[in-house]
Amino acid sequence: MSYFGMTKLTLKSALRRPVTRGYPLGPRRVIPDSRGLLVFTKDNCIYCSVCRKKCPTGAIGVNRNLKKWAIDRLRCISCGYCVESCPKQCLSLSTDMAAPTVTKDRDTY
Amino acid sequence: MPRTIIPFGPQHPVLPEPIHLELAIEDERVVDVIPTIGFVHRGLEKLVERKDYQEFVYVAERICGICSFIHGQTYCQAIETIMKIEVPPRARYLRTIWGELSRIHSHLLWLGLLADSFGFESLFMHSWRIREKVLDIIEATTGGRVIFGSCKIGGVRRDIDPVAFQAMLAQLGLIEKDMREIVTVFLNDSTVKERLVGVGILSKGEAHALGCVGPTLRASGVSQDMRQLGYAAFDEISVEPITRPEGDCHARCSVRCAELFQSVDIIRRAVAKIPDGLIATKVTGNPSGEYLARTEQPRGEVAYYLKANGTKNLQRFRVRTPTFANLPALVKMLPGSFLADVPVIVLTIDPCISCTER
Repeated sequence: MSYFGMTKLTLKSALRRPVTRGYPLGPRRVIPDSRGLLVFTKDNCIYCSVCRKKCPTGAIGVNRNLKKWAIDRLRCISCGYCVESCPKQCLSLSTDMAAPTVTKDRDTY
Repeated sequence: MPRTIIPFGPQHPVLPEPIHLELAIEDERVVDVIPTIGFVHRGLEKLVERKDYQEFVYVAERICGICSFIHGQTYCQAIETIMKIEVPPRARYLRTIWGELSRIHSHLLWLGLLADSFGFESLFMHSWRIREKVLDIIEATTGGRVIFGSCKIGGVRRDIDPVAFQAMLAQLGLIEKDMREIVTVFLNDSTVKERLVGVGILSKGEAHALGCVGPTLRASGVSQDMRQLGYAAFDEISVEPITRPEGDCHARCSVRCAELFQSVDIIRRAVAKIPDGLIATKVTGNPSGEYLARTEQPRGEVAYYLKANGTKNLQRFRVRTPTFANLPALVKMLPGSFLADVPVIVLTIDPCISCTER
């Protein structure tokens, strides 16, 4: 029976730096290849609507006539299904997070 | 002796998710339990009628926030069997590796919650500190921390390169060392033992008769592990179920502690044996037929029943989650225990209510 099993671990923790990050003073540790904000590059887009059809949450809207591409950031789950299916490689996932928002507006490009 | 009815949950400090137990108490002892579920039902099974079978992988992954990867994997396995799709060997190994990483992170989360349930806050923090490192490996290899999103029908979405494998193994070595420190406390510390040993005993016969699954079943001495069915790469990587004969809360804790190291060992063997090649095969057409897929989740066996009729939407989808199978055992374990032990006993079945209610 041991009553001091935790003591070694506690002493070690007391002597080392905190493992947590001093947010917001410390910078966010970015892990490469993490799935974050969906980035749209307008140049190559042919407005084929494949991304809109594939999106599991229906976050993407495409208007071929007006040449407009829109995304509802609050509905996007950053799954990357649209990135995989885009025939012109217009879409990519960055490691950033979507900016905080107080309205439910769609980002239109 | 007068009886008192004490409601336990749906909101309770030890419960991350809502389940309600009506405890009939005589003095300080529980004599009867009536469980109620249904607070977080989301109707995910009905959603197969609206999402096509390829899109539904994302829904299947979101059935549970802890064992998300294995939910997605089980769904994919069922569809692949119906459509007779041959999954490339490399993809099967990658699924095994991610599945075991998810088991380590789930067990560490559970150990933390258990420590929290008997008031050992520092041990809870240490468990979650180590879990964070596992989540970092998962994020670096799949892109997501909890929802992996890397499994798809016919294979996996991402590959892991040899450099990332070496970094993963190095990090796993450190994690294993950290885990040994906390596991020693969980298994040997007197404070922990006083709360767990001899509490919530479930005999081997009862565990078997009530249809328990996973660590709850193995802690009662029944040797059963769905990984022995040989899904993913488990046909080439053998798994010996970890069992304990006691059937009490400490045995359930001890089984999960041993499984942490077993999973690390499986990952090492999988990385050593992983073949080169494709990570996915092309999927065309729609499924037609039915299948029952079974895999071993951190909490136990999960069963997926799928029925497809040749259209892009499935006809029927049914999930039997491990917590649902373990709830009858919980009702059996509680009578006779002290009221103060109820939170600990409830936690030792590792209740995942969002899974249970889907």
